[in-house]
Amino acid sequence: MSDIIRLAAIKKVYDTDAGPVPVLNGLELSIAPGEFVTIMGPSGSGKSTLMNILGCLDTPTSGEYWLDGENVASLDEDRLAEVRSRVLGFVFQGFNLLPRIDLKANVALPLVYQCVAKAKRLQRAITVLERVGLARQVNSLPPKISGGQQQRVAIARALVTQPRVILADEPTGNLDTVTGQEIMTLFQDINKESGVTMIVVTHDARVAHYARRLVYLRDGLITYDGSAADFQEALA
Amino acid sequence: MTLWLSMLGEALQAMSANKLRTFLTALGIIIGAGAVVLMVALGQGTQTAVTKSISALGSNLLIVRSGSAQQGGFRGGAGGLPTLKTSDAQALLDLTSLNTAAPVVQQGAQLVYGPNNWGTQIVGSTDAYLDIRDWTLQSGRPFTDTEMNSGMRVAILGQTVAEQLFGSADPIDQSVRIQKSPYQVIGVLAQKGQSMAGSDQDDTVLIPLVTAQRQLVGSQFKGTVSMIMAKANSAQQLASGEAQIADLLRQRHRIAEGADDDFSVTNMASIASTMAQITGMLSILLGSIAGISLLVGGIGIMNIMMVSVTERTREIGIRMAIGASRKTVLLQFLLEAVIITTTGGLIGILIGVGAALGVQRFGGIAVAITPQPILLAFGVSTLVGLFFGLYPARKASMMKPIEALRYQ
Repeated sequence: MSDIIRLAAIKKVYDTDAGPVPVLNGLELSIAPGEFVTIMGPSGSGKSTLMNILGCLDTPTSGEYWLDGENVASLDEDRLAEVRSRVLGFVFQGFNLLPRIDLKANVALPLVYQCVAKAKRLQRAITVLERVGLARQVNSLPPKISGGQQQRVAIARALVTQPRVILADEPTGNLDTVTGQEIMTLFQDINKESGVTMIVVTHDARVAHYARRLVYLRDGLITYDGSAADFQEALA
Repeated sequence: MTLWLSMLGEALQAMSANKLRTFLTALGIIIGAGAVVLMVALGQGTQTAVTKSISALGSNLLIVRSGSAQQGGFRGGAGGLPTLKTSDAQALLDLTSLNTAAPVVQQGAQLVYGPNNWGTQIVGSTDAYLDIRDWTLQSGRPFTDTEMNSGMRVAILGQTVAEQLFGSADPIDQSVRIQKSPYQVIGVLAQKGQSMAGSDQDDTVLIPLVTAQRQLVGSQFKGTVSMIMAKANSAQQLASGEAQIADLLRQRHRIAEGADDDFSVTNMASIASTMAQITGMLSILLGSIAGISLLVGGIGIMNIMMVSVTERTREIGIRMAIGASRKTVLLQFLLEAVIITTTGGLIGILIGVGAALGVQRFGGIAVAITPQPILLAFGVSTLVGLFFGLYPARKASMMKPIEALRYQ
């Protein structure tokens, strides 16, 4: 099992009042360790659902999801929490920092659930904050810093546990173009340095070209899976 | 264990991040716990004060009073006819349940010493009277046998009488006049304070029974006494003492089977236990009112915790996404509730104790601070936190991470 992520015949059906609504229709996807992949698709294509399943925040209706050598498709909530804590790091569109605690405490938060001692937590948090260029703001509160800086904190929080995979959901959606480019460059650098697998969901084609590989989703199926550069040309 | 410590840290951090909310949540418990401690202290203080004033009458005390005399259809009130004789008191001494007995004659009279005079209650009795009433002498000596048997004019003064007649001077061996006859003061009684009914127990003079019968009481009542005070061997023998006295006196007074007693026996212990019951009820009543406020405080906790869980839905989602399991979220919120209630409980206990001491100091009301209500208030606070924190904590832990993250 060399792939870090392998989805096999993943189906997701939501039960609504209007009857079952299929969102993912037997999706197949393999990602090797250290890859940088963007997932694109129009609204309603199922990319959020795919992201939730990849992030172990939701389970598929059927199919297999092999993550780091373990089939996590049918794990219960507590086991999923353990997998999220051990293997995954999240970066959200809205940053999702806790507003009332300072940056180093925010970054150290995932380590709380790995039972790392407090002094060691903060030390590791500060090291990662230095890596994302926020060495001087470790004691600030999130609302006091800019959106780009907040997203850097969120990236630091995702990195602090040294995960195998970082999942970013529209990470530049709330940022201006220049700041968005800086964040994507930071993702690229981290991907190169640490070899962490990077998966970015976006609907912004300019963001997609930071990745080598692009996965395009339509109606719950992958309609394009290949070089990001080729896809750009195809669109043009 | 590390997880517990970590969650404790998270709980404390979340609480200190929103101090006003934490304080408002704790306020209900502070007031509840404070009220429990204060109310029970007041109730128990009253209980102690009442018990003390009853035992000031004398322990294991039985009082025999003359009953009403019945002539034809006419019934006099209690003590209307002096049916008790000195010899009755003597006979009571042979009863096995009784330790001692003292015949008592009472008469109001005027005392004169130099230019001062003072009207008071004269008690004619024996030395046993002092023993029965647990009354000690502050100075001087009790009656001698000769003084009692031959009816000599000697007197033991109560504190109030001594002060009124002598001021700060020493009354011992001085001579006071009671109804024109001179009496030698041989002793002064120790201070006893107010009785339950509020009368001054120290406003009295004790003289030998025989002297009182000869000098003070009219000749038509010769050899009679107004009451007999008796002391049982122990609290357990009070009831049997009461029965033995009744049997003996019915026999001595030749009262026919079925006829009414011409005397009455009062068991002070039963009055004491009734009073203790009443004041005990008072304690329970006050305590349970305070307990209800503690419960209301707990409901307040649940209310604010529920709001807090909803308000922090997004935070819960974030925590779950970055690795918090249901168990750890549950633990964090439960710990927050328990920390708030235990700290609130402790603060409330301190305030309650302070208020109780303040009431005692400035309100002049007796309070009794005992460990039981304090431990109770603390224990209940903790339980309230656990109980009312559990539901909101469970609600938080059962959230689905995606939905919680999407919550605005």
